[in-house]
Amino acid sequence: MAEQSYRDAIKDALREEMRRDERVFILGEEVGVWGGTYAVTRGLYDEFGAKRVRDTPIAESVIVGAAIGAAMGGLRPVAELMTINFSLVAMDQIVNNASKMFYMFGGQFSCPVVIRTPAGWGQLAATHSQSFEAWYASLPGLIVAMPATPRDAKGLLKRALRSNNPVMFIEHARLYNVVGEVPDGDYTIPFGVSEIKRAGRDVTIVSYSRMLHVALAAANKLAQENIEATVIDLRTLRPLDLAPVIESVKQTHRALIVEEDWVTCGMGAEIAARIGKDAFDYLDAPVERLGAIEVPMPYSKPLEALALPEEKHIIARVKEMLT
Amino acid sequence: MATQVAEKIALEITHRALGLSDDQVLEMYWAMLLARRLDERMWILHRPHLVAFHISGIGHEAAQVGAAFALKRGYDYAHPYYRDMATVLTLGMTPRDLMLALFGRQGEPSSNGRQMPSHFGSRALNIVSGSSPVATQIPQAAGIAFAIKYKKTDQVVLTCFGEGSTAEGDFHEGLNWAGIHTLPVIFLCQNNQYAISVPAAKQMAVPNVADRARAYGIPGVIVDGNDVLDVYGAMRDAVARARRGQGATLIEAKTYRPVPHSSDDDDRTYRSRAEVEEWKKRDPILRMQEYLTRVNLLNAQKIVESDARAKQVVDDADEFARNAPYPPAEAALGNVWGQVKS
Repeated sequence: MAEQSYRDAIKDALREEMRRDERVFILGEEVGVWGGTYAVTRGLYDEFGAKRVRDTPIAESVIVGAAIGAAMGGLRPVAELMTINFSLVAMDQIVNNASKMFYMFGGQFSCPVVIRTPAGWGQLAATHSQSFEAWYASLPGLIVAMPATPRDAKGLLKRALRSNNPVMFIEHARLYNVVGEVPDGDYTIPFGVSEIKRAGRDVTIVSYSRMLHVALAAANKLAQENIEATVIDLRTLRPLDLAPVIESVKQTHRALIVEEDWVTCGMGAEIAARIGKDAFDYLDAPVERLGAIEVPMPYSKPLEALALPEEKHIIARVKEMLT
Repeated sequence: MATQVAEKIALEITHRALGLSDDQVLEMYWAMLLARRLDERMWILHRPHLVAFHISGIGHEAAQVGAAFALKRGYDYAHPYYRDMATVLTLGMTPRDLMLALFGRQGEPSSNGRQMPSHFGSRALNIVSGSSPVATQIPQAAGIAFAIKYKKTDQVVLTCFGEGSTAEGDFHEGLNWAGIHTLPVIFLCQNNQYAISVPAAKQMAVPNVADRARAYGIPGVIVDGNDVLDVYGAMRDAVARARRGQGATLIEAKTYRPVPHSSDDDDRTYRSRAEVEEWKKRDPILRMQEYLTRVNLLNAQKIVESDARAKQVVDDADEFARNAPYPPAEAALGNVWGQVKS
């Protein structure tokens, strides 16, 4: 077990899978010589060469479209989109093509494309700071992974590269430097298995990606006031494993979902609906959600800070739920 | 008399000079004829709403058969568009397959009733099923060609689209990609001069789609899309270039759609009957019949016979599909997710 950054864990997953499987190759803007906008692929071009680490023109539709074609042609492409905001330019290829290829083709062609793309923010304003995971998670046929830790990022990406399904692998720009323990040797993490990160009797907090870390920090502060929260990391949003959430809510009788997306029609809406159905008789308070406020993300620092949920908001909301 | 003989020899040379035997050129005619008769039957089936939808390839048979004939069936890839009935027939799909798709019946080879008609697909034949937004197959075809080059086989990819698709960003992105990487893909634009109701002049400011090839560093070739041998010749050269590792070609087959865009369209609202009638005189099947008659491979009696044979095949496919069961409703449920390897 060694400590590693989220960025390096992803890079190692790519490197190990490329060494293991000649069919795996990377394509995307700036991924080659320059090493990627967030430096995730840095060094891979030197090791694997231009054949397997392809710099592309600024053309998201062909990055995903060619990846789909290459996948149907027997390869295992990893398409990097510079940010999830730019995935909208490739939306048709992702929604109308990648996620439906297997079904509309009656199972004849599978489409093992992995689309890596970071969500995130940091004074990048409205069209650079969005979080569309709920849109993608609404699609049957597309796996959506959104790991929070280096260990999960590596294990889920390796799993994605061995899957026969298209995978939207959503990283987070503000997690790349986060360090965590990563197991030695080859391992994968299955899709659709949530993880209980912390057990507590008073409230169940459900989160994923960067907000998981905020939720854990809030839970630690709450513990100082003798409020014990269970914190659950979803890890993949489709398939979505809510069994541990339901079990936990049956103990705590309260649930709070924390996301970076807008609350309206976000992941929390889906999770709340399912808790409402499967744990209705156990609830002592309405299921609560915390997410971005309903404005396009502003640029200026204090404005941006207002738009996003923070540790203090989680603490305050949990206390409200307990009174 | 001497002139006539000389002319006949010159005409014979047209298909033989292209390396096609008499049998092969008759096979081309048969594929064109069969596609036409099937297509006509599909229109008829739609009229009393026996089927939900039809989108037609009438008038495009020469472009399609000429192109598909230059491929190795089941070895090369085709990523067709929705008018490509003659393309997929040439590549090995059967009239029964196509009728099953039209009726949405059990055993339909593209997807067992999930995919729309005319979104042709067959893994065994390397025919890739497309989605309905136009031009999305173009970047994918470049991607398949990328995989071929990566794996170092000598396969090629044919992808087809109308001139309307060339206004899409995917056209630019796909051709640019193929140009950059010198990929073994042939882009066949079947320019039928209308994007549903919008004429070509309102779609682009250049006279020819093929002119755009220069911008991608690939050859752009214009052919008479109603002359199957002209299309075949250009396609054969493009396939040879691609197999030699010399990259992509854009072929523009100038043709015309003498029927409405689809069963949901009424073309009388946007073009004159005189224009349509004028183009019907240049019908690719009539052109082929004239050619084959001139070179003594066809005569009035053989034309009648082949028509009767085509009708039989179409009747059989129609009856077969009409009487085929629907897939069980549960067929909607499976194959959403691929098998996950550990």
